[in-house]
Amino acid sequence: MIKSLDPRVNRAAIAEENTIEPLKDLDQWETYEVFHQKRRGDQHMHVGIVHAPNAEMALIFGKEQFGRRGLSVNIWVVKTRDVFTTDYEDSDIFETVPEKQYREAGGYKVMDKINKFKKGL
Amino acid sequence: MYGNAYIDPNDKAAMMTAGEDPQKLAEFEARIARGEKIEPKDWMPKEYRKQLVRMIEQHGHSEIIGALPEGTWITRAPGFKRKLALMAKVQDEVGHAQLLYSAAETLGKSREAMINDLITGKSKYSNVFNYPAYTWADACIIAWLIDAGAIINQVANAKGSYGPYCRALDRICTEESFHLKYGHDNVVTLATGTPKQRELVQAALTRWWPPIMHFFGPSDKISNHTEILMKWKVKMATNDDMRQQFLNMYVPKIWDLGLVIPDPNLKKNDEGKWEYTEPDWEEFKRVINGGGPCNAERLAVRRNAEERGRWVREALNTADAKYIVPLA
Repeated sequence: MIKSLDPRVNRAAIAEENTIEPLKDLDQWETYEVFHQKRRGDQHMHVGIVHAPNAEMALIFGKEQFGRRGLSVNIWVVKTRDVFTTDYEDSDIFETVPEKQYREAGGYKVMDKINKFKKGL
Repeated sequence: MYGNAYIDPNDKAAMMTAGEDPQKLAEFEARIARGEKIEPKDWMPKEYRKQLVRMIEQHGHSEIIGALPEGTWITRAPGFKRKLALMAKVQDEVGHAQLLYSAAETLGKSREAMINDLITGKSKYSNVFNYPAYTWADACIIAWLIDAGAIINQVANAKGSYGPYCRALDRICTEESFHLKYGHDNVVTLATGTPKQRELVQAALTRWWPPIMHFFGPSDKISNHTEILMKWKVKMATNDDMRQQFLNMYVPKIWDLGLVIPDPNLKKNDEGKWEYTEPDWEEFKRVINGGGPCNAERLAVRRNAEERGRWVREALNTADAKYIVPLA
């Protein structure tokens, strides 16, 4: 038996050579992506993952892992395999061109016209 | 001789990028140089992936194993408040392991594989946790000074290049600030207390000083190997730089309490660098390779926990479960 300074370890009566079978795939379950809301009115933010056997357990682990400190009012979980994503390799789909100023607030400059008009030019 | 097909096995820098697509490698390095982060599904050199998995996984294991020497004192911490605080700290450490394992998983190593490598002794963890916490004061010194060392390392690495690791470290560093305050408070309480309390904390400091000096690892000469890891922002500071930073921040705080650091050569020289007696690196090697006072116990306890919890995990598993590498 392991003789330890830790009374809990002694109580557990652990053999010194306690070789075990390696963990099999999925022993730690699949993963859920966790979304956390700090306060009402905020967006839910993706904060990380938990391993869980089902959604209820994922919520419990998510609360423990990401809602243990600071502000929290709500958590969502969703199975990693149910999330669809774009590829970083395709990031160019988000690129834009300067000609598209017409859809930006900065693309409209009226003060010059107003000032000219006021001066009666 | 077929000149350029041959890579000198002694040329570590060339070995690290051997066989990589030069254009992709250049784009990858340019991205890091611009201060952008690398995300899980980006192209990355094999060696970058390998080094990060090794580093993040070891960091995760250190959190799990580090909870054991501190956990020793949960039931006997003096007073209800300290029991609660220590429980909260130990829970944080285990939570940190979860965050770190998740970051390593995004690089393609499953959590089961990491746990298997820990419990068979294939993966390493921080050497300091192979020493026992003999008294309550040892737990206080660990919470203050080992956590202080860890924070220096983690703050540096949080500025690294791999997105998921940086995000995990940011979260971890926030919680570590409580650990540091808690540890400092405990050490100050003992050091400003009765002669018996001072004696306890001095003995613990004397015991823990060598492992603390070992904490950042042996002196690393700037090799080609380190240079590439630093260019890739896998390694953010040399072991010696981190040790200097630690000494600079904490030696004055220890001396403030009138405690004696067991190294007569420890002093700050005229150039502002700390001089110290070189720690015993043979002892470090011996302990990291399994010869420390607690190596066997730590792994036996870990295996015991995995084995006795196995039926619960199996009972909860469902037939349609399917593992997908986490997204971020």
